[in-house]
Amino acid sequence: MKTKTTRALQGSAILATAGLLLSACGSSGGTDSGEQAGSTSFQGRGPITYVAGKDATGVVPKVIARWNALHPKEKVSFVQLPTDADSQRQQMIQNAETKSDAYTVLSLDVVWTSEFAAHQWIDRLPEQQFPLAKMLKPVVETARYRGGLYAAPASSDGGMLYYRTDLLKKAGITRPPVTWAEMTDDCAKVRKLPEAKDMSCYAGQLQKYEGLTVNFAEAVNSAGGTVTDAGGKPDVDTPEARAGLDFLAGAVKDGTIPREAVTYQEEEGRQAFQAGKLVFQRNWPYMYALAEKSKLAGKFAVAPLPGLNGPGSSSLGGHNLALSSFAKNKATALDFMKFFSSETSASTFLKDASLAPPYANLYDDPSLVKQYPYLPVLKQSILRAVPRPRVVSYGDVTSAIQQEAYAALTGSKSSAQALKDLQSDLQKSTAQ
Amino acid sequence: MADTRTPPDTEAEEPGTTTGSPSVRPAGQANPRRTRTKATAGSGWTAALLVSPTLLVLSIVVLYPTLMALRESLYGVKGLDPTTGFIRTTEPFVGLENYSQIFGAAGDRFWNAFWNTTFFTVVTVGLETVIGVAMALIMHKAFRGRALVRAGILVPWAVPTAISALLWRWIFHSDGVANALIGHQILWTTEGFHAKVAVIVAEVWKTAPFIGLLVLAGLQVIPNEVYEAARIDGAGALRRFWHITLPLVKPALLVAVLFRCMDALRMFDLPYILIGAQKNSVETLSMLAQHEASNVRFGPASAYAVLLFLYVFLIAFAFVRLLGTDLVGGTERSSSPGRTRRRRFAALRRAEVAA
Repeated sequence: MKTKTTRALQGSAILATAGLLLSACGSSGGTDSGEQAGSTSFQGRGPITYVAGKDATGVVPKVIARWNALHPKEKVSFVQLPTDADSQRQQMIQNAETKSDAYTVLSLDVVWTSEFAAHQWIDRLPEQQFPLAKMLKPVVETARYRGGLYAAPASSDGGMLYYRTDLLKKAGITRPPVTWAEMTDDCAKVRKLPEAKDMSCYAGQLQKYEGLTVNFAEAVNSAGGTVTDAGGKPDVDTPEARAGLDFLAGAVKDGTIPREAVTYQEEEGRQAFQAGKLVFQRNWPYMYALAEKSKLAGKFAVAPLPGLNGPGSSSLGGHNLALSSFAKNKATALDFMKFFSSETSASTFLKDASLAPPYANLYDDPSLVKQYPYLPVLKQSILRAVPRPRVVSYGDVTSAIQQEAYAALTGSKSSAQALKDLQSDLQKSTAQ
Repeated sequence: MADTRTPPDTEAEEPGTTTGSPSVRPAGQANPRRTRTKATAGSGWTAALLVSPTLLVLSIVVLYPTLMALRESLYGVKGLDPTTGFIRTTEPFVGLENYSQIFGAAGDRFWNAFWNTTFFTVVTVGLETVIGVAMALIMHKAFRGRALVRAGILVPWAVPTAISALLWRWIFHSDGVANALIGHQILWTTEGFHAKVAVIVAEVWKTAPFIGLLVLAGLQVIPNEVYEAARIDGAGALRRFWHITLPLVKPALLVAVLFRCMDALRMFDLPYILIGAQKNSVETLSMLAQHEASNVRFGPASAYAVLLFLYVFLIAFAFVRLLGTDLVGGTERSSSPGRTRRRRFAALRRAEVAA
């Protein structure tokens, strides 16, 4: 019986492997074409796809429909990816690794540009075809890799300081704080008020996730330090960076930042602020509209982030449009990118979905400022903003930052030790 | 079907397996078994032809990915060319370097994840077994509203893990129900032993019903007269549970525990969503592989996946070998001792009662 079974197994194994080999041959056919280095000719017209995270506002299909009405032979279809940024990046990488032409124009988070450009997953773009001069400079910087333009800025975002106007006024404070010390002083005054007895002072996004990288970089930059220098080399073991991290870690320790803030992401912080637990909070502009609808309506305002010796600097958020290297119909794609990142489209996105535009003049438009009173503050925030480290291995850099910053915040390491370890981790991951 | 001839060696082997068992089989049961043997041991090529579609599917969905992962784990990371600023297009062949990295430079992280994985498996499966058996005993009892209790117990199992992780994240929120209940603020989703506890609670809540379900199925095939006989002999509830229920439900229970072990060893979504990515206190081996893969390092990611595969394989193998878990369920050799023992046990009792 044994020999029979073995033979039978062998027989079917041969059949099975033959089938496998056939299928393997079929799939490995045309992979060696499509290696392009740097110079791209934008040729071919026809239908393309636009790939971005799930659109909750309904404004993206509207703008695409406008394009489709104008270009019936070069229709754009909208491919929606999951809401969360990690899975968007994962699917785009998968698409690129298989050299698939399913995705044409990609909506990239600003911190992914270097990684996608270095892997040659996206094409270098002709600079003169985009109105870069009209855009905010830090925003344009996020679209560059080694001097070349690899993406077109589509939307931007910056952090702002939300504060309780009602409480500050009652405590006799007339203007929002500009430095961290002023903020702590203001807090002390506010907390003497009977209605603010149980309040904490300040919170950002300090849970161990991307938000912590944003908040850490802001603290370091606002104290005059850098995470990585202009050439992408880590330079974080400095007295300036130390002052930044000390502010965060010290504030958690002395209760200026509530103890539970190390579990806060954007939403938890927003809820704490809206529930009246915080006097100050760092958050993105999206919170403005939501807070206006809460019981805090009319009792809060926004200001630029404070820093060590003066106004601080924010980290940049937002999305850029990039062109997949493996796509077809690149001439159409380039036209679509110009259309989609144009001032007209940007103002539609601002009006209908409150997405911060890359264009400077839209921030000063009186009708838009009436609709979104935070625009002037946001413009200042973005103008002073510093992009997060622009490195190829951003994933490793951000996890190293989260690891060490979280250790300092939760008190398991001193800030000095954390920064020293971070410097050596970053050197390793940027050396590749 | 065309060829029903039985080769002589098959026939010779057949009685050998059954003569060992002392039970006297009813004549009717021997017949279908013999025809089944004939059908499968027919011509080798016919069998090959019939089995090959299954094997083909298995090799495409199991063997091929496994081999590809093994191969991929021997390749390194595409380096950055400093002059052009572009990543090189080919992955270098590095042999076993990914593995030596895991046990060398990245050793701390690997062993931490390894112990977390093992700790979670041992603790959650242990608790689930106890609670699951208790649930099964409750569901097995005949009482009014039993259907409602059964449905209630099974609800957690029906909730997708990712959703239940989100649910528990609200419970373990700094202002959540958990802290309100204990009257003291514990920041569950920060690093530390409390994060482990949160994962264990959520995992046990979710999967104890699975063990309950399988054990309930096992309980329902135990004939009632066994208990009656024991009760007449004056065996207490605890004794009946220990000497009758537990041994008779053991095959079902072992399968349930094996399945849970394999699931727990691959645990990913619960700690990832409930506590967060890159939290050392709850990082499991699957999370390490995912972390590497999401940073476009497919070689090291495959190496982690291969190690996890080996670990799961070893545990499953140990289960089948040492504890004799009956995975196939119903193969003659492994189920017959249980059945004969049960029958003999009943017969003995009957004889004693008669005496």
